[in-house]
Amino acid sequence: MRTLRVARFSMRYRPRALAACAGALLVAAVAGVLALGHGDYPLAPGDVVRTLLGDGSPAEDFIVNQLRLPRVATALLVGAALALAGALFQTLVRNPLGSPDILGFTQGASTGALLVVVAGGSSQALAGGAVAGGLLTGAAIYALAWRGGVHGARLVLVGIGTAAILTGINGYLLTRTQLMDAARAVLWLTGSLDGRGWEQARPLAIALVVLLPLLLLGCGPALRALELGDDAASGLGVRPERLRLALLSAAVLLAALAAAAAGPVNFVALTAPQLARRLTGAPGPNLAASACTGAALLVTADFAAQHLFADHQLPVGVVTGVLGGGYLVWLLAGQRRAGRL
Amino acid sequence: MAQSEPRLAGRELTLAYEKRVIAEGLSVDIPDHSFTVVVGPNACGKSTLLRALSRTLKPTAGQVLLDGQSIATLPAKQVARTLGLLPQSSIAPDGITVAELVSRGRYPHQGVLRQWSTEDERVVAEAMTDTGVADLADRPVDELSGGQRQRVWIAMALAQQTPLLLLDEPTTYLDIAHQIEVLDLCARLHREQGRTLVAVLHDLNQAARYATHLIALRDGRLVAAGPPQDVVTADLVEEVFRLPCRVIPDPETGTPLVVPAANRRVAMGS
Repeated sequence: MRTLRVARFSMRYRPRALAACAGALLVAAVAGVLALGHGDYPLAPGDVVRTLLGDGSPAEDFIVNQLRLPRVATALLVGAALALAGALFQTLVRNPLGSPDILGFTQGASTGALLVVVAGGSSQALAGGAVAGGLLTGAAIYALAWRGGVHGARLVLVGIGTAAILTGINGYLLTRTQLMDAARAVLWLTGSLDGRGWEQARPLAIALVVLLPLLLLGCGPALRALELGDDAASGLGVRPERLRLALLSAAVLLAALAAAAAGPVNFVALTAPQLARRLTGAPGPNLAASACTGAALLVTADFAAQHLFADHQLPVGVVTGVLGGGYLVWLLAGQRRAGRL
Repeated sequence: MAQSEPRLAGRELTLAYEKRVIAEGLSVDIPDHSFTVVVGPNACGKSTLLRALSRTLKPTAGQVLLDGQSIATLPAKQVARTLGLLPQSSIAPDGITVAELVSRGRYPHQGVLRQWSTEDERVVAEAMTDTGVADLADRPVDELSGGQRQRVWIAMALAQQTPLLLLDEPTTYLDIAHQIEVLDLCARLHREQGRTLVAVLHDLNQAARYATHLIALRDGRLVAAGPPQDVVTADLVEEVFRLPCRVIPDPETGTPLVVPAANRRVAMGS
């Protein structure tokens, strides 16, 4: 634990957590540069960096900054947003399985998006439908889990139930779509960054720029108090129910915006906070490290999805699903060995 | 009996969990600079009263006054700088060290800019020394014994630097030696630092030995309040606990000692 004090500002940090964040950002940067250089018109990493800094030829500038950068930027933002949402959920419900794709929020976003597809809406409307679906599901789950306050276990159970119902509804909606629309819907449902432009990245970027400092500096200490239990938190001057509602809202919003941008990308929200925790070795929500890990994870997964098979691109959701699923099995097996399950 | 209003008091409190009413019209005074202990049989509302005094539980009617103002209207962080709480069950996050846990007690004194001042550092070190856990500072809390862990939680409450400190059954789950250790620590905090302490205790004899002020509850009603020598009598113990007994002077301290009668023919319960 080190202390940083500048004038009236003071804070504590762990060198290892800082190193973990820096490491994750480095991985994200390397994978991002590689992704920007790969494709039908390959570029050396040095040329990519030069072009990013504004010194490329017009052709390079077009390929890197216009064609490929929006996708990489979207991947970074979606990864960070999902991981942040996951870290918040996992802390609030005190369960490593607390994640928007398990608690039904992502399924709700899918329902919203599918309703738009069935109605024949544009891709802008689809994103709007996803956000609305995610937020409505969040409100419904909170209301259903409410009994003089919302507690972790009840929220998880209500969420898993809601996820099951919505998965059924989504399956039904898929059968109601036209053939062409169904293909588009299925691609969206696996989570894909293909053809993502600045219009997908922008809302998410704004949300992260606003929420990240609020969450890290404003709510971080209160969240660490809430970790000690509601009574202890209230003794420390936190209003547990109010804080929980605010943080759940932020998490649901991030998850919904991420789904609107890239579809329901599985398991990033579940895996990234757990990975971040092991990297920092620190107790607590590890919000900053989670966001960095999530960004690195998704950019890397998307790069792999594009280039793993020479002639065939995979949607990124397939890669994160395989990676995250494997990780989940490992996590559960480890808990079983430790006698905690 | 009160010449001036005490800093902490409950006025005409109705306390309930959803529909289940625990207490009605309950008024209590916590004398300043006292070590007040709340006693009573199981389910008499002692912990509920403490939860209301610490505004963890919102009364259905009536109000808790802190320095003359309704505690519900005061900003939460401001209350937390005056009134600390050691709850019955708290959760130590996985892998957290003693020093880190104790430093979380500084939350009400911190802000967005001031996240870790030199003052915070000094107070946390002091709280750990006062509770005898300074040597354990870098140990994970999960590895400690029950008694050590309770001292760590008390250290966290001390780091809050509140003149008033509420402790909900601080000795539960501890063996007798650790119970005494925790109570000695409370007595020292009361005596040497002049803090007002309010604790819920199960053991009447420990309450009589350590308290300067006793509050006896039964069925959510205040039966008696005052110094242990005045409150702990055979009649009162029978009234509050339905236990026939003799009260003799504690051979160690001279405080009242309750000895249950050997031949009890009074119907239990009712």
